[in-house]
Amino acid sequence: MADSPGFRLLPRVTSTNEFFWTGGLHNELRFLRCQDDHYIIHPPQPICPICHGKNLAPETLSGRGTVVSYTVNHQAWMPSPELPYVVALVEIEEQEGVRLMTNIQGIPPEDVRIGLEVEVAFEHHTDAEGDVWIPIFQPRSGKGA
Amino acid sequence: MTTDVNEIIEQRCVITGIGQSAVGRRLGVDPVELSLDSVLLAIEDAGLTTKDIDGVSTYPGPMENPPGFSGAGAYDIIEALRLNVGWYDSGLETSGQLGSVIKACLAVGAGLANHVVCFRSVWEGSAQGTGGRASVTAGGSGASGRVGGFLQWTLPYRAPSAAIWIALYARAHMEKYGTTEAQLAQIAINARRNAALNPKAIYTDPMTLDDYFNARMISSPFRLFDCDAPCDGSTAVIVSRADRAKDMRKPGIQVEAVGSAMHDRPSWDQLYDLTAMCNRDASKQMWSRTDLTPSDVQVAELYDGFSFLTMSWMEALGLCPVGECGPFIEDGTAIARDGVIPVNTHGGQLSSGRLHGYGFIHEACVQLWGEGGARQVPGTPQVAIAAAGGGNTCGTFLLSNYR
Repeated sequence: MADSPGFRLLPRVTSTNEFFWTGGLHNELRFLRCQDDHYIIHPPQPICPICHGKNLAPETLSGRGTVVSYTVNHQAWMPSPELPYVVALVEIEEQEGVRLMTNIQGIPPEDVRIGLEVEVAFEHHTDAEGDVWIPIFQPRSGKGA
Repeated sequence: MTTDVNEIIEQRCVITGIGQSAVGRRLGVDPVELSLDSVLLAIEDAGLTTKDIDGVSTYPGPMENPPGFSGAGAYDIIEALRLNVGWYDSGLETSGQLGSVIKACLAVGAGLANHVVCFRSVWEGSAQGTGGRASVTAGGSGASGRVGGFLQWTLPYRAPSAAIWIALYARAHMEKYGTTEAQLAQIAINARRNAALNPKAIYTDPMTLDDYFNARMISSPFRLFDCDAPCDGSTAVIVSRADRAKDMRKPGIQVEAVGSAMHDRPSWDQLYDLTAMCNRDASKQMWSRTDLTPSDVQVAELYDGFSFLTMSWMEALGLCPVGECGPFIEDGTAIARDGVIPVNTHGGQLSSGRLHGYGFIHEACVQLWGEGGARQVPGTPQVAIAAAGGGNTCGTFLLSNYR
């Protein structure tokens, strides 16, 4: 688990996204998946866009992915604990095109590259609405720059 | 009019007038007043009166957030001018800012209105005061400031700005095609060169490549001058039914074709190809509706909310091969006013202010009517493109002096 998380705007947890934003309690990165054709659906929606079925359920995936693009942000858009920071698109290992906008930590910003293999880590945040675990990514063990 | 399902219905339309309010960083003027200024100027430019205007179209319509993003809705104009309309519309979910002008063409083509005034007003300069930058999406809501909807996937990652979202596309393009920061810079430098000849431009001081690189980094590869300049201002155009616009003050500019397509997900981060955008789909559709081709285009006014978007539009529209915009613009001559294809002759949003889409169709008309003054493209172009938007919200116009 990442330490000293710093300020983040937090997601409003609802019945449709709770599996995603609380999976970190069990160190699990979860996505909604069609149980009939196994298509991973992100962001969550009520039906499978492929078969239009409603037999959907959250599944825990590997938590591994690849950086498909990134930017090193230097602008203080909001209270931020550190500048610059990396915003990346990470494509998950299990399905082409399923991406998370996320932060890459555990590596100097200038060393982040497209193609970097990463794995999930979770930041625990809590406020009056309760607990959430924000999935962020870091180089896979032994894959740092 | 007869009905032919194969007819290119937008070709029933001409643009007969344009208008623009004062434009500035912080005008401190009621944005509805700015909107009315542009609308009345456009009506006068067309040689019409408010009694002739029977349609209103605008983007995005009333919105509280982000602050300054919307200066007036259609109702504001209809009420203030006591218009009797056969058709009116506003909305955010459309093919970019010019989607509102595309809809006006459809309404005129369908016979619901004869003269539609289309406008776009912003007051982001005043709303943001001296602090923020353009394009910052709204923050959280409720006592705890939590965020829902699609912003839950970006704001928790400290990614509230389109600068970040579009930087991801620019970086992917650099990775795949070898596009460089110095090439990107040419979009900003070209805009500044043209803005020096536009009396309404925000930034007019000459900019060198060193100036560009010395400006602070926002979100790599975007530096300060890759990001457009928030401002106050309103722009209007009149879309008229061609057969009711024979004896206007000026010859009508023919709408040759429009493009509104989106063959991908309505998302900023899940598009299947990060080096392209829905501008590719809108552009392909536009070219399918005309016999003209990219080589006929003599001036191109292409959205530059961020510099990379102009490069993306150039490739999507076929003004250069896909992946080759970088080398094409590298020495700055190809897109200059006397170049192969003059681009953003008014200075774009980067230097003339973030009038948000409508500045491009306004300038395309200026150039086709030969009203550009010091910045007029030599020889008065006969065919122009005006395109706006990016990512999942893109719309484009092919305009001409033909017919």
